Amino acid sequence: MTETTAINDFYRTTFEQCGQEGFLDQPEAVRQMRHSAMDRFVQLGFPTTRMEAWRNTSVEPVAALEFHLPVEASPIDPRTIEPFSLRDSFQAMVAGGRLVPDQLPHDGLPQGVVIRGLADALKRIPEQVLPHLGRYADFNEQAFVALNTAFLSDGVFIQVPEGTLLKQPIHVIYLSTHATALVNHNSQLPIITHPRTLVVAGDNSRLTVIEHYVSLSGGTRLTEANGGLTFTNAVTEITAGAGSIVDYVRVQQESDDAAHIATVQTHQESDSQVGMHTITIGGKLVRNDVNTILAGEGAEVAMNGLYLVKGRQHVDNHTRIDHAAPNCTSTENYRGIMDDRGHGIFNGRIVVHPKAQKTNATQSNRNMMLSDTAMVNTDPQLEIYADDVKCTHGSTVGQIDEETMFYFLSRGIDRETARRLLIHGFTQEIISRIEADSVRMSVDKLVSQWLPDGQDSINVS
Amino acid sequence: MLEIKNLHVSVEGTEILKGIDLRVKAGELHAVMGPNGSGKSTFAQVLAGRDTYGITTGEVIYNGQNLLELTPEERSREGVFLSFQYPVVIPGVNNTYFLQAAVNAQRKHRGEEEIDAVDFLALIKEKIKLVQLDEGFLNRPVNEGFSGGEKKRNEILQMLTLEPKLAILDETDSGLDIDALKTIAEGVNGFRSPERAFLVITHYQRILNYIEPDKVHVLVNGRIARSGGPELAHELEEKGYGWIQAEETPNN
Ligand SMILES: Nc1ncnc2c1ncn2[C@@H]1O[C@H](COP(=O)(O)OP(=O)(O)O)[C@@H](O)[C@H]1O
Ligand SMILES: [Mg+2]
Repeated sequence: MTETTAINDFYRTTFEQCGQEGFLDQPEAVRQMRHSAMDRFVQLGFPTTRMEAWRNTSVEPVAALEFHLPVEASPIDPRTIEPFSLRDSFQAMVAGGRLVPDQLPHDGLPQGVVIRGLADALKRIPEQVLPHLGRYADFNEQAFVALNTAFLSDGVFIQVPEGTLLKQPIHVIYLSTHATALVNHNSQLPIITHPRTLVVAGDNSRLTVIEHYVSLSGGTRLTEANGGLTFTNAVTEITAGAGSIVDYVRVQQESDDAAHIATVQTHQESDSQVGMHTITIGGKLVRNDVNTILAGEGAEVAMNGLYLVKGRQHVDNHTRIDHAAPNCTSTENYRGIMDDRGHGIFNGRIVVHPKAQKTNATQSNRNMMLSDTAMVNTDPQLEIYADDVKCTHGSTVGQIDEETMFYFLSRGIDRETARRLLIHGFTQEIISRIEADSVRMSVDKLVSQWLPDGQDSINVS
Repeated sequence: MLEIKNLHVSVEGTEILKGIDLRVKAGELHAVMGPNGSGKSTFAQVLAGRDTYGITTGEVIYNGQNLLELTPEERSREGVFLSFQYPVVIPGVNNTYFLQAAVNAQRKHRGEEEIDAVDFLALIKEKIKLVQLDEGFLNRPVNEGFSGGEKKRNEILQMLTLEPKLAILDETDSGLDIDALKTIAEGVNGFRSPERAFLVITHYQRILNYIEPDKVHVLVNGRIARSGGPELAHELEEKGYGWIQAEETPNN
């Protein structure tokens, strides 16, 4: 308890010290929200495993350390991020929690489409940002959202106006370790960043957004000797207007000494169709809270997740779908592959509110275990308060099936190749659901590289 | 080509095959008939190397090699092919890619160069016409959502592409409508050659109207109860398996 208080005091002190560096000229409304969020964080403190929602995940490694805010990022050599680039996309970059201005797309954006740094947007077009910022991700209940909101300074603001169809995906790269600490410019201190993303999809608009969280090796990357952790505490808010079609892909492949806590909160108006794909490849301690509220009649969500967990990685997926209006559809598919001593968790909650008649909800979680020492917890939860609903859910945990293996062998294919193809095939159940071809292929490539002995992508489709 | 001597096979302590003797020469096609549960699939799977079955005694010589010492993948690369009674669905693994991986495993084994995707696609598009499957099946996951007949055609497609020396077809005819049956029979007939041997395992005589066997064996209760020429199949069609089973019982 005392330790918790000490760490809360540390963040409170940091909060009070950071008047400069992008916080100063924020609109009054944001300053107030940040203060409330700071107060709330101090009250809530870091969650403990005594709390139901955190019972499988101890955040002790991040709660016990003093993480510092980064200074302004040093210039990025464009070549270092080239491997992460996606062809035919509008690309933006956030390094150390700050937008990198010279990496913003300039040409070819349709009329009215906004892709900007959040700090810049708050300064120049606050009337477009403020109606949404902080409206969806709730800092009153969630400590990490409170912490992110308290330190909210920059990130990305994306807005697609009513009726606009954006063909090219918007690709935002978040570099987690390209920074040094604000205090004494000390590159040896553990760093925390609080990237914040706000996506506003107007009525009948259409877009694809990819958030891509990566670490750069070398440079300011922390080593085991000085704490061994970088900490990304990301919050993304998405609002999908009536009739909009939004495909949101989140890929996290930070380094294996990173802590990554993410909250994604979507708000869906009537007849919106949203895809939320959460692909977790990297990180040592990972928690994804991915939620949507189906607020308008006829809204649909396809919530997909793929978690690849090996070494000593710990990946906790919590999802929540609120059916708050009638005639909405949710289809949830999460797939996990656990190897070595990896620990994967899926906790999916679907809440059907009393007025959400004619709800159609399906949820499925399947897990493939590649080693005896890996672990998985799966916990699907349905809470239904309406009577005219169709809900199904199920989860499985299994190894590679011997009968299937024999089919490969009987065709002359060796065990290792068969295993790779089977594991890769398992990932396709999620990857194939990503709408945009270039995004799907790029995710497939990243996943293939993760596979046992995987150097290249497997060219299967 | 294939010589099986006194093959006994058990699963979990229960003997299923109780002494099989069989000789198949290159160029021959043998039909193995028998009622459900007589051990036909066990026999086929054991030849392909499925290790859930325990071989208690017996010998299987294939082209001068002890087949039972080879792993399933080695058997395949040496030219043994099994068309599964229940082909396996492999989610997320593309049918073409699967078959290309199989072909390349065989080629590598023979010290040949691997075939690339472009050449393979050209090859497979030719072969798929022979089994009258739509090209769309090439891009689907292996057997996923295929009907029973489509799965069997896909097995024959694999056979025609892998070009085995010994093809074992386990009830490839079951559950097929007459058109599919004819297509499969044509596929097999066109594939017969003096270097190749076939074991056509079937419950019904029907497919033997389209594929002429050199020999017919009747498997009952884990034993070959009777062997003969094509006429034996017709006899079975008329009388059913009952009379052979009845003859067998006193020996048990
Ligand atoms: N894996 C197994 N475990 C237990 N019993 C089996 C197994 N496979 C086959 N059997 C039994 O062996 C007998 C023969 O089965 P099978 O070879 O499938 O016959 P057929 O193909 O002629 O219908 C049946 O009684 C079946 O139940
Ligand atoms: Mg059978």
